[in-house]
Amino acid sequence: MAISINRPLPGHIAAIQRDMEQRARSEGLDFFETIFEYVDYEELSMFAAYTGFPIRYPHWRFGAQYHELMKGYSYGLQKIYEMVINTDPCYAYLLNTNDVGDQKLVIAHVYGHCDFFKNNAWFAPTNRRMLDQMANHASRISRYIDRHGHEVVEEFIDACLSIEDLIDPHLPHVRRHDGPGPVESSLGPKTNPSDNDCQSGRFPSKGYMEQFINPPAVLQKQAAEKQKVQQDRDAARSFPVRPERDVLLFLLQHASLKPWQHDVLSIIRDEAYYFAPQGQTKIMNEGWASYWHSTIMTTYGLNDSEIVDYADHHSGTMAMSPQRLNPYKIGIELFRDIEERWNKGQFGPEWESCDDMRAKEHWNRKTGLGREKIFEVRKIHNDVTFIDTFLTPEFCQKHKMFMFAYNEANDHYEIASREFYKVKQQLLESLTNHGRPVMRVVDGNYKNRGELFLAHQFQGMPLKLAEARDTLTSLCKLWGRPVHVETNYEDKPTILSFDGKNHELKSAAAA
Amino acid sequence: MARNIDKDLSRFRNIVRGKVREGLRKYVNHGEMLGRKGKNVVSIPVPNIDIPRFRHGPKGSGGVGSGEGEEGQSVGKGGQQQGDSTGAAGSEPGGGHYREVEVTLEELAEMLGEELQLPNIEPKGTDSVQSAKDKYSTISQNGPESLRHFKRTYKRALKRSIASNEYRPDNPIIIPGRQDFQYRSWKSVPMPQSNAVLIYIMDVSGSMMDEQKEIVRTEAFWIDTWLRNQYDGVETRYIVHDAAAKVVDEETFFHTRESGGTKISSAYKVCRDLIQRDFPPSEWNIYCFQFSDGDNWGEDNGECLKLLVDDIMVHCNLYCYGQVESPYGSGDFIRELRKLTDEHENLILSEIPNKDAIYESIRTFLGKGK
Repeated sequence: MAISINRPLPGHIAAIQRDMEQRARSEGLDFFETIFEYVDYEELSMFAAYTGFPIRYPHWRFGAQYHELMKGYSYGLQKIYEMVINTDPCYAYLLNTNDVGDQKLVIAHVYGHCDFFKNNAWFAPTNRRMLDQMANHASRISRYIDRHGHEVVEEFIDACLSIEDLIDPHLPHVRRHDGPGPVESSLGPKTNPSDNDCQSGRFPSKGYMEQFINPPAVLQKQAAEKQKVQQDRDAARSFPVRPERDVLLFLLQHASLKPWQHDVLSIIRDEAYYFAPQGQTKIMNEGWASYWHSTIMTTYGLNDSEIVDYADHHSGTMAMSPQRLNPYKIGIELFRDIEERWNKGQFGPEWESCDDMRAKEHWNRKTGLGREKIFEVRKIHNDVTFIDTFLTPEFCQKHKMFMFAYNEANDHYEIASREFYKVKQQLLESLTNHGRPVMRVVDGNYKNRGELFLAHQFQGMPLKLAEARDTLTSLCKLWGRPVHVETNYEDKPTILSFDGKNHELKSAAAA
Repeated sequence: MARNIDKDLSRFRNIVRGKVREGLRKYVNHGEMLGRKGKNVVSIPVPNIDIPRFRHGPKGSGGVGSGEGEEGQSVGKGGQQQGDSTGAAGSEPGGGHYREVEVTLEELAEMLGEELQLPNIEPKGTDSVQSAKDKYSTISQNGPESLRHFKRTYKRALKRSIASNEYRPDNPIIIPGRQDFQYRSWKSVPMPQSNAVLIYIMDVSGSMMDEQKEIVRTEAFWIDTWLRNQYDGVETRYIVHDAAAKVVDEETFFHTRESGGTKISSAYKVCRDLIQRDFPPSEWNIYCFQFSDGDNWGEDNGECLKLLVDDIMVHCNLYCYGQVESPYGSGDFIRELRKLTDEHENLILSEIPNKDAIYESIRTFLGKGK
């Protein structure tokens, strides 16, 4: 299958690209070979709708995305300059209507992303051959569509997508489950290393003492007791043993799905895991790429005629609005801040314990470790740890950051505080799990009736009720039996249930 | 080559169309939701379709922003801000968003037809109503130079020069002369045609308020849409009346605000004259839609009914009378007309107490298939 659409860069752009590539390498960036494609806006929108991959399975939401991008472009509301995907080799799409100065900026930016993809630890477990994998998924799903009908398969995909974010983003890094690579599949039935002899209560003995050390009557009694305990446990069987964060995996292992449904669900899960690190590192990834386009462009990329356009477009990308933190801006500023601090030695116990603001302001130990430090940071951090470690009160103040909260009384979001601690807390909260509710499977045999019971880890924000109900409907479609989710509604523990026909909402105390 | 994205796009469009159809009743009753775009396209706001997920509601949520501002200052309204509206999460479309969908009037009419189960109209006298259309499908010996058919002219000249032995293969010059010229020409093709005229009559006396006019406008839009879908050429005429009547254009019809008494017979006279002068009933399918609050000058009723039965209804495919409820109207006129319904089955009456009744009223008017 043709993976590349093969629209090579025209000569003058290719020359820029070679130059930029060499510059990037000489700055210490380390990336997979990067293949650039030169596309028009329609094609770029198509790739963007397909999240960068030329071949995806048929689904209406890609069409919806495409429609939105094309509309936005034709009304002049938005424009995508480039698109890069995390594969080896990296593929990057450049918009052919960008002017030469923009192309320089964009190419430098792309190399920043490529370096990040290759080196950031959170991307390490991702499949770098995802291009093939996606095409493979597409052909598998197309086959199911041919066999079972468009509507049926599409409905099922909708149901899967509805819970696609109920995965455990840390799972690829943890070996919590048996079997080979956790994401690939550990779907076979688990074999319990069954209780063997040494646990059966028999003491080691010499043959002639056997009767006395292990009297048969006692052994029998023990065995009977054990059986009873086992029976009790079976009767009240509640699984999983530990609450399962990876709801999709749980469904794959335990839901009664047809083979094709099983395969579709596992495809959705694979793709969700593939995209998870991009959600986890949005600020860092964009910040890193912006740091590099800015560094490369302002050191040697620009000529005189391009400088105004460059400044215009760079500042456009970095613009902040009161309602929304711009990940590009926060990212690049934090990287610069880190670089400066480590260049001046503004770290370590001595710095931390210094109360003299004046001394802190002029603190310069000329350590010159800045570059080295930011390379290290881009390797080991994700957004949450990045903010947690490097956001400082000085930074918050400099960038006039504040936290806002929802005011029920007037249906407005209002500035709530500028206190460093609160701002940071809020920012971390909204980055954790991508700002989405955390759900776990608590019981796959609720009430001993094969019903599925999820628990929402409540953190002060109630679920949107109507949407939660629709999601439960999807979940029920997958599980095939009634489903429940325990959450907090109007400050009371509440269970939302769906039994395939009716939605129910009752207090958890009553259940 | 058809790209995959186009398939996804058309699949998505179909889903959206489905949504439009689902919500058709709402759109019919609230015509103001439709935005007219160009001649044949309307844009309709459809609730954004999205895949449901577990999401946080607005309560207790917040985010981080940057910029000037005191504590307590607003940064945005609840509806625009979703729970995960922070830097990292980006701006995801939330449940309250609307998507504008463009639908052609033709499609809209089809949806309306299917939803209301409107029968297709059998136009009267299709065969007798014909018009000629010119088609450039033949060749003639003379005509204007702009229509000269070069290829044929050349061929003819070539034939002639060979036949007359003037043709020299070593020097193949062909000079077409006057006798060789060929011209494109037309033929008149008879085209069966069905024409319809819609005559809207509205009472604009003092008792008709803006709300009533809004109902009339909405209903007229849907009737127009449906009938235009059924006929090739549709003409519309508008008559307004209080104590006197006149023919006006569309703009005036919907926006004018007269006052004074009400004499429905005045409108009937204008309508009768209009039909006689412009729309000979043998060639036109005539539809009349009258909207009033049912308040008429008492002594006028007798004359009205006579005019209606003798001079108007005999020519009409349908005569529809819609009575909108107004705080001032007595609503008597519909009772007078009810007396006629037994004998005249092309007279349809409908009462429209409020906006929500528009949907049913359209079904009543157009449900007969005439």
